[in-house]
Amino acid sequence: MATSNQLKRVDFIFRNENDWEKILSSTLKKKPQDLINELISSELKGRGGAGFPTGLKWKLTAESKEKEKYVICNADEGEPGTFKDREILSRVPYKVLTAMAICGYITGAKRGYIYLRGEYKFLLPELNKVIDEFDYYCKETDLDFKISIFMGSGAYICGEETALMESMEGKRGEPRNKPPFPTQSGFKGKPTVINNVETLVHTFTIFKYGAKKFYDLGVQYSRGTKLFSVSGDTPKPGIYELELGMSLQDFVYEFGDGDTKAVQVGGASGFLVPRKKFKDAAIGFKGKLTGISLPTGGSMMLFNSSRSMFNVLDNYLEFFREESCGQCTPCRVGCQQLLLGIKAVKRGEKPASYLDKLLRLTETMQYTAKCGLGQSVANSFSSIVENFREEMIY
Amino acid sequence: MSKKVNITINGFPVEITTGKTILEAAEEQGITIPTLCHHKDLCVAGNCRVCVVEVAGQNRLSAACATPCEEGMEILTNSLKVRNSRKQIIELLLAEHNADCTKCYRNGNCELQTLASEYKIMTQDFIELVPLKHFSIDAYSPSIIKDDSKCIRCQRCVRTCAGLQGVNALTVAHKGDKMKITTFFEKAMRDVVCTNCGQCVNHCPTGALVEKNYIEEVWEAIANPNKHVVVQTAPAVRVGLGEELGMKPGKSITGKMVAALKRLGFDSVLDTDFTADLTIIEEGTELLTRLKKALVDKDESVSLPMATSCSPGWIKYIEHMFPEHLKNLSTCKSPQQMFGALVKTYYANARNIKPEDIVSVSIMPCTAKKYEAFRPEMHDSGYRDVDYVLTTRELAILIKQAGLDFNKLEPAKYDRLMGESSGAAVIFGATGGVMEAALRTAYEIVTGREVPFENLNITPVRGSDGIREATIKIENPVEEWAFLDGVELKCAIAHGLINAKSVMESVRAGTADYHFVEFMACPGGCLGGGGQPIPTNPEIRQKRAEAIYAEDEGLPIRKSHENHEITKLYKDFLKEPLGEVSHHLLHTKYTKRERY
Repeated sequence: MATSNQLKRVDFIFRNENDWEKILSSTLKKKPQDLINELISSELKGRGGAGFPTGLKWKLTAESKEKEKYVICNADEGEPGTFKDREILSRVPYKVLTAMAICGYITGAKRGYIYLRGEYKFLLPELNKVIDEFDYYCKETDLDFKISIFMGSGAYICGEETALMESMEGKRGEPRNKPPFPTQSGFKGKPTVINNVETLVHTFTIFKYGAKKFYDLGVQYSRGTKLFSVSGDTPKPGIYELELGMSLQDFVYEFGDGDTKAVQVGGASGFLVPRKKFKDAAIGFKGKLTGISLPTGGSMMLFNSSRSMFNVLDNYLEFFREESCGQCTPCRVGCQQLLLGIKAVKRGEKPASYLDKLLRLTETMQYTAKCGLGQSVANSFSSIVENFREEMIY
Repeated sequence: MSKKVNITINGFPVEITTGKTILEAAEEQGITIPTLCHHKDLCVAGNCRVCVVEVAGQNRLSAACATPCEEGMEILTNSLKVRNSRKQIIELLLAEHNADCTKCYRNGNCELQTLASEYKIMTQDFIELVPLKHFSIDAYSPSIIKDDSKCIRCQRCVRTCAGLQGVNALTVAHKGDKMKITTFFEKAMRDVVCTNCGQCVNHCPTGALVEKNYIEEVWEAIANPNKHVVVQTAPAVRVGLGEELGMKPGKSITGKMVAALKRLGFDSVLDTDFTADLTIIEEGTELLTRLKKALVDKDESVSLPMATSCSPGWIKYIEHMFPEHLKNLSTCKSPQQMFGALVKTYYANARNIKPEDIVSVSIMPCTAKKYEAFRPEMHDSGYRDVDYVLTTRELAILIKQAGLDFNKLEPAKYDRLMGESSGAAVIFGATGGVMEAALRTAYEIVTGREVPFENLNITPVRGSDGIREATIKIENPVEEWAFLDGVELKCAIAHGLINAKSVMESVRAGTADYHFVEFMACPGGCLGGGGQPIPTNPEIRQKRAEAIYAEDEGLPIRKSHENHEITKLYKDFLKEPLGEVSHHLLHTKYTKRERY
């Protein structure tokens, strides 16, 4: 990936412009097809972490002949180390609502839901106020689109889009088999666009400033900007909007404390990059350029040399063991085995070579787990065990 | 015309009907992909992940049971990647499973055990999870034992309880490592809405859900020289037992079964069919009486439709879920309990045996019958009417333990007094059978003529649709029943409690104008009962049904009211249908229960 020598701070997302009514009314005057093309040409990819092209998602839903469709804003921000969506919803919520309404206009959906993380209940009063205001506007302008909030109850797995829909339907939050994908059969079995909070705000930016402005930022395959939730051993934790494609070296230069040993990119389900690989690692979606590319939902956790990587991994695995929905074998049993396994190696009850068996297990989990949770446990596990093997054993 | 897609399976090109899953496509080609959570009776879950296959171009493996075939797919069902992953998943399941196979009730008939054996899992590298957790065994129910340490979380029982039965006694609770299959507030199965139907037992791949067995108790009774052990066999047992003894589904082996029971040492081998015929007389009379009260006397206290009461799973279901409709139930006991009450009265008298010396055993295709026998109201003989209920599976265990070579047994006949059966009684074992038997008798009582169907086969009430309806018009009745002239008797049949639920909902809503409804808790009726051989699926149940109807056609007596022993019973003991003795011994009351 392209390397730059300095981080490019950008300010789109939190720019408080107070012109959402104007943006909404002018956007709704354009043809849906043109808007989709605009979105596709921006090359915006989903900001929840998986990176599915947003324009394509909207297009697929728009093409469906079903009458009943839904737009869902995924605000179940549960990945350890991310806290950007909370900030968006408290500072620029109207951008999210506007983007949802535009999405409804394009796809033909008349109902929108914000699936709000259980722990974000404190956002509810303010958010409801904004929604009321938005509702009033919609009524005044004869816009047939209604947004409501659905409260989550604190399960990490409900951030997985199909588990989220199960939860909204009043069922146990368990991921569904795919296919069918939500664009064909989502909430209540109807075509559904489900986007991360940040993704929706980026569409607002694109509809306001045009796709080119967005496209010109970032690098090939990873266009535009991204919010990063910076935490851990850093003198300046917080939320930063940065251009995609930066090298991890530059990031650590900016945010590290001078003693950064490793950075966890993408939360517990992401990758741990050790110091020696900082310069080869770029933050962005997989492309054809050389080096490691790290897709992320925006969680950046820095660790300095005072941290035990065993403890870090132990902590992640405790988390996964508890937060797996428990329905599929590889994830339910696999997470327990990984956690018990590294503890057994640490205590000398299993030989060091047992780590290799566990690495093979993560491979199986990656191939066979039903959803992204089980599939991505391998990311942190293998990147920590492979790079800090001694810390696991001694 | 159904569209086709072209795919390759393990390099061989094949054409598959659009919409079929990879699992179905492979099966068509004679390739077995192992499964655990998949079951033909149930909706797709895709959670055990044992059926994963490789699709060219995809890094991840796909669950064959949940992935539809798409044009151009190149599927590998046995690549190295698939094998390694699958093997590791089996290892994971074993690490979570109390794999104490030699001490397991399902030893030898466990899908996980079979899979472990096929994949030659010889070592256990993973850390065993069972000793780290606190599992308890729920053995409070008289019907079902639930052992969480053997559960592999495939959720077949949950989907059975919800999808097939609409009961939802078993559900998933908690998440992650604590995820488990449990009941409302983790109460014992005895204390929740569970109907004891045993469909979860029939669909469980392992030994996590099994029937409570009374094998040792029965052996002890047989060995006791002071006890006279009487056994009755339900209609559906004779078409299921063979499967447990190595035969193909659909073999009726009544004679050999009777011979085997005699060799096991039962003092008297009798037939539940006898009381099935008796049920028809009592229940048929009850129906006609209700019709008279409703149509002639305009008595509004009479509840129609009248619902059958032979299936104890259904009884417990309606007690929990539709208690306001208990008055719709026929007051007749089930054939098993009629039999039990008669054995310790009528039979004891006739044979001159003290009722307290009689041990009454029944062989049932059913786990709910175990609960039914335990009901406090089932003591009308002055003793517990039925002492032990064994399932078809338990009978097979007795036969194996006794070392009987079933194939070499010469067929034998039931003992007399309560051993005669009409064809009408045999078909009680199939969904629609009670209805057909009742119609054969009731129609004839009312009109003096046989039912107007070729060879007495009332085909409109047969079949496997979940809910079936039939109408029979009554013309030229005999004088006593003249008020029924021109009446169209409207009947319905529902099997599987999910179907019973939808019929009952229309009854509750007042949109159903049936006179008589047959309800069976289990899919297929008793032949698909929770105590029948495992596995069960629609094809197997179809075969059992064919065997039952063939048995019916082969019997000299086809109508309940022509059963000679029944005639004798009324003459010597009961005097008349719905009479005083009947009322005391053969009829019962029902209890409203909580809905959790």
